Parts: sequence; C-alpha cells; structure tokens
Amino acid sequence: MTYDADALAQLESDAAEIIARYPVKRSALLPLLHLVQSVDGYVSPDGIAFCARQVELTSAEVSAVATFYTQYKRRPNGEYQVGVCTNTLCAIMGGDEIWRQVSEHCGVGHDETTADGKITLERLECNAACDYAPVMMVNWEFFDNMTPDRALRVVDDILEGRDVKPTRGPAKVASFKEVSRVLAGFEDGRADEDQGIGEPTVVGLTIAREQGWEASK
Amino acid sequence: MTDLTPVLSATWDAEQSWKLGTYENAGGYGALKKALGLAPADIVQAVKDSGLRGRGGAGFPTGMKWGFLPPDDGKPRYLVVNADESEPGTCKDIPTMLSAPHVLVEGVAITSYAIGCNHAFIYVRGEVVHVYRRLLQAVREAYEAGHLGKDIHGSGYDLDVTVHAGAGAYICGEETALLDSLEGRRGQPRLKPPFPAVEGLYARPTVVNNVESISSVPAIIDKGVEWFTSMGTERSKGMGLFSLSGHIERPGQYEAPLGITLRELIDMAGGMRGGKQLKFWTPGGSSTPLFTDEHLDTPLDYESVGAAGSMLGTRALQIFDETTCVVRAVSRWTEFYKHESCGKCTPCREGTFWLDQILERLEHGHGTEADIQQLLDTCDSILGRSFCALGDGATSSITSSVTLFREEYEQHVTEGRCPFDRAESALFDYETSEATEEAHA
Repeated sequence: MTYDADALAQLESDAAEIIARYPVKRSALLPLLHLVQSVDGYVSPDGIAFCARQVELTSAEVSAVATFYTQYKRRPNGEYQVGVCTNTLCAIMGGDEIWRQVSEHCGVGHDETTADGKITLERLECNAACDYAPVMMVNWEFFDNMTPDRALRVVDDILEGRDVKPTRGPAKVASFKEVSRVLAGFEDGRADEDQGIGEPTVVGLTIAREQGWEASK
Repeated sequence: MTDLTPVLSATWDAEQSWKLGTYENAGGYGALKKALGLAPADIVQAVKDSGLRGRGGAGFPTGMKWGFLPPDDGKPRYLVVNADESEPGTCKDIPTMLSAPHVLVEGVAITSYAIGCNHAFIYVRGEVVHVYRRLLQAVREAYEAGHLGKDIHGSGYDLDVTVHAGAGAYICGEETALLDSLEGRRGQPRLKPPFPAVEGLYARPTVVNNVESISSVPAIIDKGVEWFTSMGTERSKGMGLFSLSGHIERPGQYEAPLGITLRELIDMAGGMRGGKQLKFWTPGGSSTPLFTDEHLDTPLDYESVGAAGSMLGTRALQIFDETTCVVRAVSRWTEFYKHESCGKCTPCREGTFWLDQILERLEHGHGTEADIQQLLDTCDSILGRSFCALGDGATSSITSSVTLFREEYEQHVTEGRCPFDRAESALFDYETSEATEEAHA
C-alpha cells in the first residue's frame, strides 16, 4: 500500500460512508472502484488492494469484478475521457466520420491516451441520446448533435487547456477524477447547473401545447 | 389522428424542472400522500387493474409482477429500479431522470410502500453523470421534505433509497445480471427460476422494474385507473414515451397513447429528412426485428407489433432512410452484441463473435453467397439456446434484414463492395467537413 497517511484516512472515511449505504458490504464494491479512480485516475493495484480490504474479498476477486466493466480503467486514464458514439444510429448519422477525424487529429485510437495525458479516446456504445445523434461524451457529459468541426473544436479546447461545456449538463466538464468521485455517490453541488432544455427532449410536449392536446384529467 | 398525451413529460419545459419545488407546485408527491392512506394491497390491485405493462421492453404486467412476491415473513424485501438504459436506440429514461427525477422518486416511494419494502435501489448506468447528480439531489431533497426516511408523513412507514451507479455493461439491464452487479459482482445473468420475486437481491423477494414503469405509478394513483385505461388499446393500456431518432426532421420524445402509428409520429416529426423514402426502422430498439414502410400503419402496441413479427420493446424508433446500407447497420449492431456479450454462455459468446466476423466481411464486399446462409445458421444456433435475452436480441436484426433485404446482401457479394455512399446518410456534408477541418487546422 503506497497511499500516504492523509490519503488513506480520506479513502477510509469515504469508504465507510459508501459501505453504510448498503445492507450487505459487498454491494459497495462498484462505488468503491469509482472512488479509487477518483484518487488514482484508474483502478490501480493499490486501489484493488484497498477495495479488497474494505469489502473482505481477495484482490483476485476484486480484479475479476473490475475487469468486467468498461468504465474501470486498467491504465492511468487521460484527464478527459472522450467518447464518440459509433453504434449504428450515431455511426450512420455521421459518427463514423467524426470518429475518423477526431482519432486522426489526436493521433490515438480506441482506448489510447494522448502523450500529454489529456485525452483517452473511446469508440462508444449507445449512450441513450439517440435523439441527439451524432453524440459524443466527454467524461460522461453529453455533447449532442456533433459535426466533425464541433468535435474537433472540443478536442482542441481540451488539448490547449481550456474548459469545455456540454450541451446538456453542468457549466463545464469536470476532470475524470472529479467525475469518478460523483459516480462513487458524492454530490459535487453541480446538479442545478444546466444548459437549457434540448429541443428533442421537449419536441412532443411542444407540439402538444401548440395543438392544445393533453392527457384527459 | 392520435393526440399526444404528455404525462411524464408534462413538466419537462418548466424552469428548473428537476427541482422538488417545481415538482410539488405541479401537484407532485400528492399521490404519495394519497397512497399512504390506502392499504398496500389496494395499490397493487389498482396497478393490476390499470393494465400497466413493463416499459423496459418485455411488457410484463407490472401489478402482476408485484403480486408474485411471497407473503411477508417479516424479513427484508426490495425494490430495484432498472435505470441502466443501454439498448441501442433507447433514450427515454435518461431525459425523464434528467428533467423530472422526482416522478421516479415518488413512484419508488409508492411502489415500495405497496410491496412492503423499506430499502429501495435505483441502479443507473454510470455513463450519464449529470443524470446521477440529479438523482442524488432529488433523493436528498425528498428526504429533507419527509417524502423518504423514517415515519413518512406520519404514516409510520420507513423507506431508504440508495442511488447506485453502474460502470458500463449493457448486460446489467438484464434484471438478474443487474442484481448480481448490485451485489458487487460481475454482471452476469442468473438461472431462472428462482425468479427475483422469490430470490432476488441478497436472495430476498425483489421487484425489478424499469424507470418508466415506476414513474407511471404516481399518475395512476393520483388520477385513477379509469383515467389510465382511457388511453391505449384493449390490452396495451396507458401512455408511453416514443423515442424517434434517425432520418426524420424532428427527432425526440413523443409521449402518446400506446397504439399510435409510426405514420402519425413521422407526420408530427415533420416527415422524413429532406423528403427521402423510409427504408427500415426498429420498433423497440436494436433487439427487435426490423420493420419497413409496410408497417407504417401498424398500431404501436404490444399485440399488434408482435403479430406483425417484431416487438414493441422500449418504443425506440430508430428510423433509416433509403441512403442507409442495411448491412452496415446490422453489422454495427452485431459488433455491439459481441462487445456486450457477458461470456457466460457459449452460444452467445461464440455466436456473436462469428456473426460479427461474417458481417464485417460481407459489409466490405469480401463475403460469399455461403456467408449469408452461414449467418442464418449461426443465428439459429443462438436463438432460444442462449442463457438470456441478449443472445436472442443479437439475432433479430440479422434474420429480419436477410428476410427483407436479401438482395442487398447479395449485391455486396456480387459487386465486391458496399454499393452505398456513407456520406449521403450523414447529417453533415463529408466534403465540407474535410474543408473546414483544414481551415480549422
């Protein structure tokens, strides 16, 4: 174990809070793995040992769980996880071309990280935003209705150290580590940040209002 | 012409629609207060009488699922909400939770009370962090307002709710895989029986319901069974979110009575993109057999879609026009199933691997006539022989597309290439985007 005393104390106090949410300790394992990513930027060997101790499993058992899920990274992850959806609908609407250009521009392929550690690229599976296709996700925030041009601008902003703003989500994208802490179940006070409702989300509601339609009382 | 019926989506355009205050101003949590004055069995009966069927794809009657729980033995029983929305094309639960998380929280409270559960879980996929923020906040707000916690509104009823983030695995949408995942394991499906109603989370009686099913409960309690059954068809009652995506002018969420048709929905959505022809579409996500323009007037309810050879699924209407290569579409879905197969059973693990190989060579013009038959034979080895529905779903688009578009598969073989221009089906101009890329650089 190579965490210093302060880091370890914080991890242990967070872990206790996570474990208290569940009737059975082992249920805390997925959030605990998100928690170690929020400290180490990936599921490190230290992180695995830490989780194993917390939920009383072996390191092998924790590794077996961690390797099943794509959000747990086995190598130090970029500060920004940039995913371009290349599942069928997004791919056909332009996701394939966006992926080609973003990948060429960054000089890395799927599950690879730029040399400066800024961006890890991913060919995403469906992220449940098909009405906004083609879609890109940065640290699991929505970048809707992408074009190659817009996608490259987001990537350049990241590479040049500027904040990036999702189309639905908070005022700016938090780092991979910060987002991992939220996924461990710790609120970051940004739930009320918003970019305004997206048109596809309310298109049916808008038409219903125009037509005076409503579900009977 | 069928009217749209916004119920779940009715508040989505309100200022700060996700806040407790907004939800309460629109009458929110009134149904919970009403429910706490009813006998739990009466709530179960009301949901049975409403005819509400599972909105997560399978369409199993929700009230009946609740009714399968064995009699109370004084030990814990659980409600687990399946918020792992990942089926390609499906994008209804994410906007629901982002825009109105309290309708789900209220539904969780009412359902938990009805089934005698004191600890409920919402399992949301991990790849939507702002949705998770909104859910965490909504649950905290509900505790602070006394809608959750100890002795809710003086009823003597206690409920805790835990919002749990997954970590990226489509299979966790399968209810028993979800339970294993929630127990801190690899998300692999369990053998059934025992069903979750008997041995679910921690081997205790458990109800697993989709977000939209649970979110429909407050309105049923508030407005009544008759109100709910006044919408929909004979055996498919109520309203549902229809998610239109793809080559139409106005994609998005359309909440309508079950039984509306794609023709009506496309009309509302401003027609096909640029007036092009509809080629094929999925009625309920990528695991449901493809439809074509012959099915434009098929009522989108469980029975009619089933009778026409597909499934209503999640009402994820992915719409593709004449510029789209069906082999490319199916090949990409198959790559998805290969990636997401959990590896537990051989037909799915090995079958999806080979289907992906064969489709990839067919798509790029390297396939043979025999490959088309091999696809069908491999699907035959998976369908009905895999451990869970993932394997079955993987075969749907393949077998239906070969039936509907066999000539197009053959054309890829005889021409030795894909006859379609990818640029034509994209929403932006490939040429222009190259040019702007240079300008940008």
